[in-house]
Amino acid sequence: MSAFFTYAILTATIASAIQYATPFLLAALGETLGQRSGVLNLGVDGIMLMGAFSCYYVALQTGSDLLGILVGIGVGAVLGLITAFMSVTLRAQQGISGIGVYIFGLGLSDLLFVRFVGTPLPVNPLPAVNIPLLSKIPAVGRMFFQQNLLIYLAFVLVPALAFVLYHTNFGTKVLAVGENPAAADSVGISVTRTRYVTVVLGCTMAGLAGATLLLLDGIFQENLTQSAGFIAVALVYFGAWRPAGVMTGSLLYGVVTAVVLQWKSLGIIPTSAADLAATAPAVITVLALVALAGRFKQPAALGKPYVRGA
Amino acid sequence: MRTKSIWLRGLVTLAAASALVTTVPTSVAPAGAVSPTTTLKVALVAPSAVNDLAFTQSMVAALDSLKTSYHLQISISDNEYVVSDAANLIRQYAASGYNLVIAHGSQYGSILQALAPKFRKVSFAWGTAGSTFRQPNIYAYQANSNEGGYVQGYMAGMLSKSHVIGVIGPIDVGDAQLYVDGFKAGVLAQDPKATVHVSFTGSFSDVSLMASAAKAYVADGADVLTGSSQSVVGAIGIAKADKVAWFGTQWSQASLAPSEVVSSQIYNWAPVLEQIITGIRAGKLGGATYTISLGNNGEKIAFNPKYPLPANVKAAAKKVISEIVDGTLTVAQ
Repeated sequence: MSAFFTYAILTATIASAIQYATPFLLAALGETLGQRSGVLNLGVDGIMLMGAFSCYYVALQTGSDLLGILVGIGVGAVLGLITAFMSVTLRAQQGISGIGVYIFGLGLSDLLFVRFVGTPLPVNPLPAVNIPLLSKIPAVGRMFFQQNLLIYLAFVLVPALAFVLYHTNFGTKVLAVGENPAAADSVGISVTRTRYVTVVLGCTMAGLAGATLLLLDGIFQENLTQSAGFIAVALVYFGAWRPAGVMTGSLLYGVVTAVVLQWKSLGIIPTSAADLAATAPAVITVLALVALAGRFKQPAALGKPYVRGA
Repeated sequence: MRTKSIWLRGLVTLAAASALVTTVPTSVAPAGAVSPTTTLKVALVAPSAVNDLAFTQSMVAALDSLKTSYHLQISISDNEYVVSDAANLIRQYAASGYNLVIAHGSQYGSILQALAPKFRKVSFAWGTAGSTFRQPNIYAYQANSNEGGYVQGYMAGMLSKSHVIGVIGPIDVGDAQLYVDGFKAGVLAQDPKATVHVSFTGSFSDVSLMASAAKAYVADGADVLTGSSQSVVGAIGIAKADKVAWFGTQWSQASLAPSEVVSSQIYNWAPVLEQIITGIRAGKLGGATYTISLGNNGEKIAFNPKYPLPANVKAAAKKVISEIVDGTLTVAQ
């Protein structure tokens, strides 16, 4: 255990925790936006997988991570349109249609991977970008300011989303549609348009989350996300539908993941207990959810399709 | 005239040979024997892709090398990492008239143990493992990967400047465990003060988890990495991105990171397959375990010509190899 409590290992662990937290954060922020407008999307994991695979395939073929990211985002947006069409236009039961999107993403990404790639070949992970001056600060610089651009972007999106939700006209519409769509409709807010926009933006972020996950290690495999999308949905509840709360939950998850991995790497966790230890992040998230259950009110119209006059 | 005479003699010889073939072999060959010229149907079930640059590719290459000379008809099912799916396939091959079904992975042992008694006329082979489960129709094959591991560990000890080395295995069984143990022993033989971190991901196929472990080791100061199994590609990607040395095993991995891969221990399963096929043709369907090693040319260390390996390190490695081959040095298992 003493090997863990060294300067190098601790800073490396925190830096890793922030990296592991980022895909969850991006996906959960996107899901927050959708849920605040009243749409529950359980297809996040499938969209992340499709975002990850498309990013991987394009990066593998072109050598450009940037192009891969853009395609991953685009695929997320397309799947967002499909999700919105089912949830908003067709008024499908949101939980079921979301699971359908998840299974579709899981199966298609696997099929495309086996058909077009086969053996997983590595692509270049996104390089770290050192923030001038800040990256030189002892310990802090190593942990927070020597990360890749998508990680900085994810954390910038936290205050940005909070600002949009609480200080803009669009945010007011989103909150109104999520709490009382009939009232919003009566004052001329288009429930359909608002929900389409939030769902497509949310799924775009899920696609970006998949691309981010992929580019952390530069490798794709079947079911790469390992249910990260479902954890992201749970983190929205954990964070009480608030961007800062979602970030806290994501960081908690990232820290536990990084610590478990580091302990495994250092042999602190014996091989025989490694599988059990790997469940720790999920277990802790569930425990935190149980502890927080009922303390916060979810958007009143969450999961309910809107029918004018119904 | 001369040509006609040759044709006549040829016909007579052929007729005589045919007569011999139809009268003699049946009286001397054991029951169940397969004639050397009869096509032998071989099925391979493997956990990863045929071009995985590791475990599966090494077996596919060996089968291909013997295909013509041993009259093999080969069917391959790759990427069968789900054991229950693999079990169905193995059963299907066994029931479809295949002479030899190779279940290429330690995770498939229990499947063969259950199936072998139900298909007594079919020969099964699996590895890397030492046990035939006392079944007369199961062969086992293994690799003394600890030998190549030791050689590469010795080089790693010489190359590391940080004296921190990361070793990542899939599951602590079979050749993966042997390689990891041998590598660690090699490092410590050369540099007793080195820190050798070892971990197992718990999966033969989780490339992402292995990449994460590699990343953790690099962050902890490791400047040399190695890993075993078909799931190493992600870890090699990390080695390439962070420019740390990588030692491969099972197949040459130099193409994945030409500037970082120092050398690879390459498996050649052909000697093992030759013994198994010869056994089947003689009517012996199993009950034996065969091993590849540096000594029988089943394993070799392939130095990556693009890696600037110092001459003294290469010379030291060659010396260790020759000591292992001539028995002067024994690598513990």
